[in-house]
Amino acid sequence: MSGLAVELRGIVKRYPRVVANDGVDLSVESGTIHALIGENGAGKSTLMKILYGMVRPDEGTLSINGKPADFSGPRDAIIAGIGMVHQHFMLVKPLSVAENVVLGSEPGASAVGTWDQDGAKAEVARLSKEYGVKVESSAVVETLSVGEEQRVEILKVLYRGAKILILDEPTAVLTPHECDELFKTLKGLRAAGSTILFISHKLKEVMSLCDAATVMRRGKTVGTKKISETSQNELAQMMIGDLEIKEKAAVPYRGEASEVLRLENVSVRGPRDELALKGVSLSLKAGEVLGVAGVEGNGQRELAEVVCGLSAAAEGRVTRGGRVGYVPEDRHHAGLMLAAAAWENMLLGRHWEPVFSTPFRLQRGAIAGYGRKIIADYDLRPPELEQEAGAFSGGNQQKIIVGREVSKDPKILVAAHPTRGVDWGASALIHQKILETKAAGAGVLLISADLDEVLSLSDRIIVLFSGRVMGEVARADAKIEKLGCWMAGVSGT
Amino acid sequence: MITFLLQGLRISGPYVLAALAGVFSETGGVVNIALEGILLNGALAAVLAAYWTGSPWLGVLAGVLAGVAAAGIHAFAALRYKVDQVISGLAVNFLVAGLSRFLLKLVFNSTSNSARVEGLAPWAGVDPFLVLTVLIVIASHWTIKRTVFGLRLRAVGEHPRAAETLGIKVLRMRLWGVLISGALAGLGGAWLSLDQHQFTDAMSGGRGYIALAAVIIGKWTPLGAAAAALFFGFAEASQIILQTYGLRVPTQFVQMIPYALTLAAVAGLIGRSRPPAADGIPYSDEQD
Repeated sequence: MSGLAVELRGIVKRYPRVVANDGVDLSVESGTIHALIGENGAGKSTLMKILYGMVRPDEGTLSINGKPADFSGPRDAIIAGIGMVHQHFMLVKPLSVAENVVLGSEPGASAVGTWDQDGAKAEVARLSKEYGVKVESSAVVETLSVGEEQRVEILKVLYRGAKILILDEPTAVLTPHECDELFKTLKGLRAAGSTILFISHKLKEVMSLCDAATVMRRGKTVGTKKISETSQNELAQMMIGDLEIKEKAAVPYRGEASEVLRLENVSVRGPRDELALKGVSLSLKAGEVLGVAGVEGNGQRELAEVVCGLSAAAEGRVTRGGRVGYVPEDRHHAGLMLAAAAWENMLLGRHWEPVFSTPFRLQRGAIAGYGRKIIADYDLRPPELEQEAGAFSGGNQQKIIVGREVSKDPKILVAAHPTRGVDWGASALIHQKILETKAAGAGVLLISADLDEVLSLSDRIIVLFSGRVMGEVARADAKIEKLGCWMAGVSGT
Repeated sequence: MITFLLQGLRISGPYVLAALAGVFSETGGVVNIALEGILLNGALAAVLAAYWTGSPWLGVLAGVLAGVAAAGIHAFAALRYKVDQVISGLAVNFLVAGLSRFLLKLVFNSTSNSARVEGLAPWAGVDPFLVLTVLIVIASHWTIKRTVFGLRLRAVGEHPRAAETLGIKVLRMRLWGVLISGALAGLGGAWLSLDQHQFTDAMSGGRGYIALAAVIIGKWTPLGAAAAALFFGFAEASQIILQTYGLRVPTQFVQMIPYALTLAAVAGLIGRSRPPAADGIPYSDEQD
């Protein structure tokens, strides 16, 4: 090992309501994959923004490759060889993949201000091939799936030749196979001398991929461990401290297993007017979790939207047995009004209920009581009903959505990637709430790219590939290999 | 027919320039309702400069600079102080409306119009404004589509934070968008007044607002907005011709044609023409 690639000392960053970083130290050896782990709200994102020059620390020092650094913006960080793959993608949707990749560092700039558009496409195609990051360089970003968008983000960093890469929860959106591919890529980059900062909630990944891990909790660093000298349990303990983890209590549903949702030969058109869902039939019963596994972009979004009635079926019939609760895949786009207060978001779609409003007046007392119940049930942090939804961390935003959707007592709950980008503690809580909803007699349609999640919650599992149901299996009979084949489009039993 | 065509082009000119101005500003994410005031300011400055110096070309230059100055006020309020962009634009419109009346009175001792000034001499029989505008339409399309500047301007109008993470100075790009907008609309104003050889009170006559409609119909692209502006220009030209034919319809109704068309065209496009995602949303460097 050749010295420290990144050294942060005594970093403090205060925001009006909260101290995000409170004396953080971080040392990353050059040429290693270093994990930064901690619950949401622990201050990881802020620390990475400081390292990437997006946020200036109030106190503390930063050195890159042994040299003191003072970034006044991301451009300085990029020049210093730092690249960032953001958790919330930073992509300009109407632009093409190639344009997004080169934006800010356009190749072949001429005296009259043009740039080499064909050269950019070729270069992106070359990088895409060389690192095995598959994406069409001339495609427009808004037509891509979430998984593809992330690949564009990785290409952006590679294009800039970054030697220190920050990846903010990169695997949250990937399938197991894509994760393996990503890990191969990252190990290849490490072999080539790159340093990688890997932010994750998934300790299993950290253990298998990283060389060392630094744990953060509540704005402070708890400690740094070599992976070879620690265990998953030790890291988990450092992460959550003395907090008690609630066990998943799988209370069985004892009512009548009547059908709550039926799809008959349902086809739905996708964003490019192609059939994204092709003749899907399924049945969901009360007190059942039906897991929908599959590589993202194989009709999952269309399935969720047609079940919720957000898009119309081009063919076939959808029969619902009652109210639908919906936890959408992109909480910023569909689940929340980021600029509105937490209580307003909790009330969304329920504001007309007589408990909450008379024709001319909101029942503020009842609303506050309802909001405080969600805060208590979900351990919402900070416990502020008036705070803007956008000011909560990702995990807490998701708690607001799940709290709202679950508390309206749905007959059908559609949960699309409910724990994506959500920390471990919040994930466990959300999983427990899903199981409680099931126990209360709802049918749950759980759509997730995270196979562990599908396997741990579902009673039955179907796999979507290319808009079709590749196969269906009861949880007890599910084998990873078989699911993996189905996800790759290989049928057979 | 030829006269109708020529008149249509003449009338369309300021619309086209103002619509392009709108495209540059809004592509970068700044709503520019100040186009109306910028047109008026350009018109006034062009006549004043032509009157004082005797050179219509210096008038054109003054019109452009006055447009940049008016746009600068809008940019300063909207970018530096994050004032709501509609409010800030309206403020510029009122400011220029008042200022132009004041200067009319002060310089020409009139409440309605200035003294007559010389217009631009034609180039081989063609109005130089027309030539300039055609060139500017092509250059604008090329700038937005092919240049680094255009790519970055689109990026800051769509997803400023993404642009910032790549080291692009968002506010600086937006400032350039608004200033170019000012220069183009200022030129449009100069055309308006030099074409008539005088400045008259409130002579922009809502063209800035109609240009904004042209931006929407043109889907925020230079060629589209220019085409929509031509459409409005010709609607106005036909309105003038219809009046001279002496139809037995009250002239007020005929004069409404361009505005009614604007309304119909914009209403028909709601939901189908999508603005830049961050259009009108103030951006600050550090927010979390």
